[in-house]
Amino acid sequence: MDQWRSAICTPRSLSVFGEMVKRRALIQILLLASFLLAIGWLVSNVVANLQAQNISSGFGFLNERAGFGVAQSLIEYNEDSTYGRVLVVGLLNTLAVSIAGIILASLLGFVLGVARLSQNWIIAKLAAAYIEVFRNIPLLLQIFFLYFGVLRNLPSPRQSFALGEVVFLNNRGIVLPALVSGAGAVAYLIVALVAVAAAWILRKRALRIFRDTGQHVKFWTPLFGIITLSLLVAYSAVGLPFAWDIPVLKGFNYRGGVQMIPEFAALLLALSLYTAAFIAEIVRAGIASVSHGQSEAASALGLPAPISLRYVIIPQALRVIIPPLTSQYLNLTKNSSLAVAIAYPDIVSVFAGTSLSQVGQAVEIIFTTMMIYLALSLLTAYLMNRYNNHTALVGRNV
Amino acid sequence: MKHLLWIYAAAVLWTQPVLAADDTLALVKARGYLQCGVSQGLPGFSNPDDKGGWQGIDIDLCKGVAAAIFGNADKVRFTPLSAKDRFTALQSGEIDVLARNTTWSLGRDTSLGVDFTAVNYYDGQGFMIRKDLSDGDGKAIKSVLQLNGATICTNQGTTTELNLADYFKSNNMTYEIVAYEKADEAIAAYNIERCDAYTTDQSALYAQRLKLTQPQAHIVLPEIISKEPLAPVVRQGDNQWSDVVRWTHFAMLNAEELGVSSDNVRAMRNSRNPSIRRLLGVDGRFGQALGLRKDWAYQIIQAVGNYGESFERNLGVNTPLKIKRGVNALWTNGGLQYAPPVR
Repeated sequence: MDQWRSAICTPRSLSVFGEMVKRRALIQILLLASFLLAIGWLVSNVVANLQAQNISSGFGFLNERAGFGVAQSLIEYNEDSTYGRVLVVGLLNTLAVSIAGIILASLLGFVLGVARLSQNWIIAKLAAAYIEVFRNIPLLLQIFFLYFGVLRNLPSPRQSFALGEVVFLNNRGIVLPALVSGAGAVAYLIVALVAVAAAWILRKRALRIFRDTGQHVKFWTPLFGIITLSLLVAYSAVGLPFAWDIPVLKGFNYRGGVQMIPEFAALLLALSLYTAAFIAEIVRAGIASVSHGQSEAASALGLPAPISLRYVIIPQALRVIIPPLTSQYLNLTKNSSLAVAIAYPDIVSVFAGTSLSQVGQAVEIIFTTMMIYLALSLLTAYLMNRYNNHTALVGRNV
Repeated sequence: MKHLLWIYAAAVLWTQPVLAADDTLALVKARGYLQCGVSQGLPGFSNPDDKGGWQGIDIDLCKGVAAAIFGNADKVRFTPLSAKDRFTALQSGEIDVLARNTTWSLGRDTSLGVDFTAVNYYDGQGFMIRKDLSDGDGKAIKSVLQLNGATICTNQGTTTELNLADYFKSNNMTYEIVAYEKADEAIAAYNIERCDAYTTDQSALYAQRLKLTQPQAHIVLPEIISKEPLAPVVRQGDNQWSDVVRWTHFAMLNAEELGVSSDNVRAMRNSRNPSIRRLLGVDGRFGQALGLRKDWAYQIIQAVGNYGESFERNLGVNTPLKIKRGVNALWTNGGLQYAPPVR
């Protein structure tokens, strides 16, 4: 740039150029100032309007007692908790269903996408049928169908389907035994630390030997020995570290264990099945974008189809897949707000729903909720962009 | 209705600092019809009928207000609102009056920028269960106190959730709540046994029971765990408008007390009773003082009848709901419904 500039600019035009820089800076400053002014005007307007209507404003309510129950909470929550805590509970529930949904949808979508390109006629057509059905039915209907349709056919808690008397399925959800840490948990924690340390040392040693002599040293065998030995020591000293908390029928429902409520299951399933159909098409497009010559070359080299898919096709397809995949992940997270229809306590339901109705401060609560979704989306996009840069063609930096 | 929140946010952001909500009556007159916020379908209070019209005591109140203003009870449009969107709709000016079986409480009265007018139904929160529901020991459930550990369905964004929490906590009981955005989904979930019990205002329990597959297989437990005075709501700071709504209800009460009904209101204009003459606008200038037509109360009673008529038509023992007057009887009959005199 500098060379080009000095080459074509005479001293006179340089000063004009300087004027231009100043003028541009001035325009930028004016633009920024008017933008800030507009924001300030909007904010003062909001405050004045709310005061004129005698509606309380501010975020003080976050420290007040909420006073209502929430069906599912990943952290300690009861009726005495604050609205601030309701926000966190709702956010964690949103994250739980979104993250689980993203993982499930990716797995299913990937399998379906590959299946649709299968040489096997039946598999390809089945995958195509799945994709066309699921992506063309509105998500809300799918959620209702999965929720009410499946729930209707499940028995009441006292007639639960039982699996080995430890896992129970009924219309209150799925109840599983929970692991609770026993008295000897600390001893086992020490064992785990020792094993990690041993693994690290052994691996370093193996790498050093490989570097120095080119010999492969198997470090798994001694590591396995160390872990077994220390586990035996711990077991003989303190017994089993964990106890099973087996659910028992008491009163109206099972107590103990961990429970997955039907609202979570239905929402997770609906989000995954729906988004998987879109991901499948993205995967198909990605694979189709890899030149046919690549798979021909791979098979000419004698690579079997699965190997060629794994090491030749997919790494190249990923470059096309990742960017639209990010959009699907964002969609899934945002679609999780449909939870409100079937009483899954996500952030929209408990914070922008119940809390809003109790507190009445629509502006603050909706704004907070919007900002949280924005932050979640930007974070997802950031992580996916990092991954995208990692898989993208490494070109020469100019 | 989700759009409502966005519209509201946009309205608050962009409007001039003083929202044009100070003179609702003039606004309604200029517009030519009343915009009334009602429920998404609660039999007896506000429910669409098979002809596409609306029925219920809240509907009658709105029609009464329209009749008092325009002399025509049909000049009203209804906006169905979910429990959680209702106040936002009122605050934003989307509706002029919220007649949506809404509980009057101190918190709502002071922090939402709204005013409650007059209680048009005294209610209380109750519980509905299946007749054959039994506790862990196999004993039939006869009381809410036996519901320890039960799963309970309800509507989201109501005082119901708070009362439920308070009641169970004060009785050292636990519960699991499943709160739906719409009453229809809550009752559907209860119907397929997602919950052991369904809780909401007792009048609404009787109404919602009609939507179940086998209404007679369910009972409403005797306990009432809260006071739920249901009142029409207006925006705070517009006293003339809140007077109009409040006195619409009072006119219907006074009419019942004075024996004026939709059948005899025309003849009653010739009555010699000064109270009736004042109520019907034959004597005095009360209508003009309210900013309404002279015969405002006459128009109300002619259109929707007195309070007793409205109650019996929508909720009473001859309707599927079969609700007795109870505390909603006139004070002269031992109830709580009492209106200040027109004088």
